[in-house]
Amino acid sequence: MQATPQVGTSVAAAQAVARETKVIGFWGSAWRQFRRNRLAVVSACFIVLIAIAAVIVPPLLPQTYAHQDLSVTLQGPSWRHPMGTDDLGRDVLTRMIFGARISLTVGVVVQLVILAIGVPMGLAAGYLGGKVDMLIMRLVDVLYAMPNLLFVILIMTFLRGQLGDEPSGALKVLSDLDSKTGGLVGVYIGLGLVSWLTVARIVRASTLSLKEKEYIEAARGLGAPGSQIIRKHLLPNTIAPIVVATTLGIPGAILYEAGISFLGLGVIPPMPSWGLMISDALPEMRSHPHLLIFPALVLSLTVLAFNFIGDGLRDALDPWMKR
Amino acid sequence: MNRGAYIIRRVLLLIPTLLAIYTLTFLLIHATPGGPWSQGEKPVPPLVLERLNAAYGLDDPLWKQYVNYLGNALQGDFGPSFAQRSRTVTDIIGQTFPVSLKLGLVAMVIALVIGITLGTIGALKHNGFLDYVTSFVAIIGISTPSYVVVSLLVLVLSSQFGWLPTGGWDGVVSTKIIIPALALSLYPSAVLARYTRSSMLDVLNADYIRTARAKGLTQRMVVIRHAIRNALIPVLTVSGVILADVITGSFFVESVYSVPGLGRYFVSSISERDYPVILGTVLLFGFVISVMNLIVDLLYPLLDPRIATR
Repeated sequence: MQATPQVGTSVAAAQAVARETKVIGFWGSAWRQFRRNRLAVVSACFIVLIAIAAVIVPPLLPQTYAHQDLSVTLQGPSWRHPMGTDDLGRDVLTRMIFGARISLTVGVVVQLVILAIGVPMGLAAGYLGGKVDMLIMRLVDVLYAMPNLLFVILIMTFLRGQLGDEPSGALKVLSDLDSKTGGLVGVYIGLGLVSWLTVARIVRASTLSLKEKEYIEAARGLGAPGSQIIRKHLLPNTIAPIVVATTLGIPGAILYEAGISFLGLGVIPPMPSWGLMISDALPEMRSHPHLLIFPALVLSLTVLAFNFIGDGLRDALDPWMKR
Repeated sequence: MNRGAYIIRRVLLLIPTLLAIYTLTFLLIHATPGGPWSQGEKPVPPLVLERLNAAYGLDDPLWKQYVNYLGNALQGDFGPSFAQRSRTVTDIIGQTFPVSLKLGLVAMVIALVIGITLGTIGALKHNGFLDYVTSFVAIIGISTPSYVVVSLLVLVLSSQFGWLPTGGWDGVVSTKIIIPALALSLYPSAVLARYTRSSMLDVLNADYIRTARAKGLTQRMVVIRHAIRNALIPVLTVSGVILADVITGSFFVESVYSVPGLGRYFVSSISERDYPVILGTVLLFGFVISVMNLIVDLLYPLLDPRIATR
């Protein structure tokens, strides 16, 4: 964590020490620690590869995800089609790459929604305390008792209805985004709305404990306004657990989207999603297992990689949880 | 606050929680465009639509529908299903929920056995080969969705070798439960293994364990007599939440393996705008989850006297 300000002679002493040894700081030492975790580094490389495939490759592909070639339906892997083709003669690799776009976008965007709701809620509850705290924590308790998947599907259905017919204003923006992402805006918002609880709790807990620290009191004594205390002192010291929670939240969001698309409620065909590809593969899985294996394998590996990265980050960022 | 008052307060808190869940769900489904009767291939004639709405009270003002349904629900009547008009929601839930419940309980038992065993092995062989193996198995369990596991199990055990049936349900004592229960138990096993491992490691470093070792107990006796009891406290508390999760969350397994549980119903009820079924299911699941949370919170201080009740 950040060093608390020192006083008088000890400052001079600390500066002397700092001149002799190279100061690496909190993030520097975390990075060192992270690099030592081989599994986490390999996972990070894997995710970078997937991200490159998702962001850069699609325009370079000879065909798009919806391109059908009925002369080559249900082929196994070959040079022309490294992962084979599906029942409509679409190239599975191409669809996997577009599916990576969907999955990574869901992972990241849902976390942004979670941060946008969870951090202010946690800060408000922890910093303001009293009635606000009670109200927010009650809300958290109620949402904890909501069956998540059901709630996400309900919110999604609701939003899809709202975006359906000729929306205007802000809804128009969402609606455009929705058609570009294959109808997943409902999933982003729904998942965000049910998953911000953990982040809010983390932020609240650390705000509660930090707020009593001497250096915060000192800042307040010097006349710093609440907004500055939050921005300069509370948030920077809360960021490590937030980073860990956010990273570990990504695989959950990816699995949720895959699951919802698997049920046929997520992405709108012909846009591919790994979950939808898995469910499409099921009826044919005995005769054409490659249709199931590739999306299932890549989905699991991606989730696995994010979990390893999250674990690595936790070990690197949280000196007290090291094991 | 004394313990009795605390318990009563917590039980009473269930009421506003469920009421909030009901209100949220009610508002959401009624704000969603489309009604229960417009889902068929042919559009329903306006006159029929009017009569249907009148017969099911859907032409009442919203607040009246809200109060009516709530009043009936409190008396145990969750209304008729809109999609299958001859059945009531209570019927449907009564028939399908026990299936999900049994499947969930069997999966939970499997998960407890596998999870605690793997976690204990991992902790005892800390940083050894077996630790890595069990940790790896656990993280694979966390990363693989249950519908993939069911499909793979069916592919290998049913199609390839023909040992087990490819789908269906015949009650708990049947070969048909093996695949869905295993698939459903994988994720909770993995979570329980991770919890057991880390809490066992904490306990094994405690002073009283050193004392037990110092008085000459074998590793086996130390673990069985002293370590496992304390190590299982956090595991047991997380089990409550996991159990609620397993019971209410078997949609995927149920739909792939054709198990006639409640999960399959719910998904179709949303697209059919079957309001009573949606409300009934959400309330039931909300109730199960809240009660599990409550049990965990009340058990915790009993299991671990070091933690005082607030």
